[in-house]
Amino acid sequence: MTLLQTQKLSAFYGDFQALFDIDVTVEQGETVAIIGANGAGKTTFLRALAGAIGSAPEMVVFDGQPIGGKTPHEIVRLGIAMVPEGRRLFPSLSVEENLQLGSHSERAGPWTLKRVYELFPRLFDLRQLPSTALSGGQQQMAAVGRGLMSNPRLLLCDELSLGLAPVIIRDIYQCLGAISAEGTTVVLVEQDINRALDASARFYCFQEGHLALTAPTKNFDRAAITAAYFGL
Amino acid sequence: MDWINILIQGALLGGFYALFAIGLSMSFGIMRLVNIAHGDLIVLSAYVAFVVTQNTGLDPFSSLIIVVPVMFVLGYALQRGLLNQTLSGGLLPPLLVTFGISIIIQNGLLQGFGAYDHRLQEGAIETASLRFPGGLSVGVFPLVVFAVAVLAIASLQLLFYRTRLGRAFRAVSDDADTAELMGIDNRKLYALALGIAMVFTALAGVLFGIRTIFAPSAGPIRLILAFEAVIIGGLGNMWGTLVGGIVLGLAQAVGAALDPTWQILAGHLAFLAILIVRPSGLFPRTRD
Repeated sequence: MTLLQTQKLSAFYGDFQALFDIDVTVEQGETVAIIGANGAGKTTFLRALAGAIGSAPEMVVFDGQPIGGKTPHEIVRLGIAMVPEGRRLFPSLSVEENLQLGSHSERAGPWTLKRVYELFPRLFDLRQLPSTALSGGQQQMAAVGRGLMSNPRLLLCDELSLGLAPVIIRDIYQCLGAISAEGTTVVLVEQDINRALDASARFYCFQEGHLALTAPTKNFDRAAITAAYFGL
Repeated sequence: MDWINILIQGALLGGFYALFAIGLSMSFGIMRLVNIAHGDLIVLSAYVAFVVTQNTGLDPFSSLIIVVPVMFVLGYALQRGLLNQTLSGGLLPPLLVTFGISIIIQNGLLQGFGAYDHRLQEGAIETASLRFPGGLSVGVFPLVVFAVAVLAIASLQLLFYRTRLGRAFRAVSDDADTAELMGIDNRKLYALALGIAMVFTALAGVLFGIRTIFAPSAGPIRLILAFEAVIIGGLGNMWGTLVGGIVLGLAQAVGAALDPTWQILAGHLAFLAILIVRPSGLFPRTRD
């Protein structure tokens, strides 16, 4: 079943067009990677899905319903959660309050504080600390946990690996497996191609706002990805 | 003993200024909205209370049952219908719009009530005082005002740090865009914030109207006092605002004791002195 479909999705920052006619389809339960160089439009794409950038209604269809142009808080209620680039935890809230804030939309589902702490046991020990006291990896865990707290059907993850040590990145991607096993559909944006391809079943490669290539990740020719990535 | 008396009066006066400042501090803290009409909204509350007491026979304290909800709804509607539209364009549009609101309120009151002084009469409590050994005498009403200020700030702290709504307020204050991405309807939240701020504004307005005479032009000076209390205490820190009010009250009391014409000036001078020594106030909380 198709959970998310974009149809000729275009997005603008003022007069600057950042996305051109993007067609992406995400099936229920799968993990899809969006890869591409800096400025390819990956983050813009996620922000358009989350409602932070406006688009025409039929450009984004979620669960059969056109949602383009809805406000971000309406979209959260429909079941799309965002783990924003750079974590963006709330500095004056404790770790636990950050997680609780994720459940502001009060969507029912499997994810509760308890379940998030089971997924990231380190966070339980740190729950009373201000979010600014955490290491980068711990902050990323809290940001993923905050996203899960809205019990999304679709989780958007923007650059989970940014600025983190390889061993931490590995841990976080392992948890992504557990999240996916819960039935949550995941769209990953990554600059780290290998990491993204390992974690996903299919990928889309963006280049300068256009869709350059899409394919299943299994046994895919890396040279073709490189070509699409750099526009060679 | 005279000086102790002066300092006590000054500190109690500070509670009054803190009460003026709470609404201003809240709307700045949560929405980054500098509400130039804040002083006029205090005065408007006093007039609403005046109308209620005249028409119902309620005393000013009891009139709060009506004044508080009226001002809450007014604040909610003002934010939802008007001020939300100004928040995306930087600091200047809300300044201009609230400045306009200030003029509208002042002239509306002038039209409706004339330029005469009005006051709210609460009766015996206004002049009652407690006598302490050593010739100290403290007015009951200033004590009540101070207690109300402390209770108001304590209850706001509870709201901010113990409730789901308060958590959302702090998150929006930190990072409005991300808060929206987490499912918070910022516009509704802002409207609630101004509504709640106006509850405290209503409280300040009624106590103000009991303490002293008021006229339509009384708003701007309350705004300045409120601003000074907020800035001295440090932006975004409610207990700091109480301390800021007390500093202001003490400076005014000391100034008045030295020479009655110095009262207001001494407060402003204390404000300037603190601004020079600690530009971000005594207990700053916000990071930007």
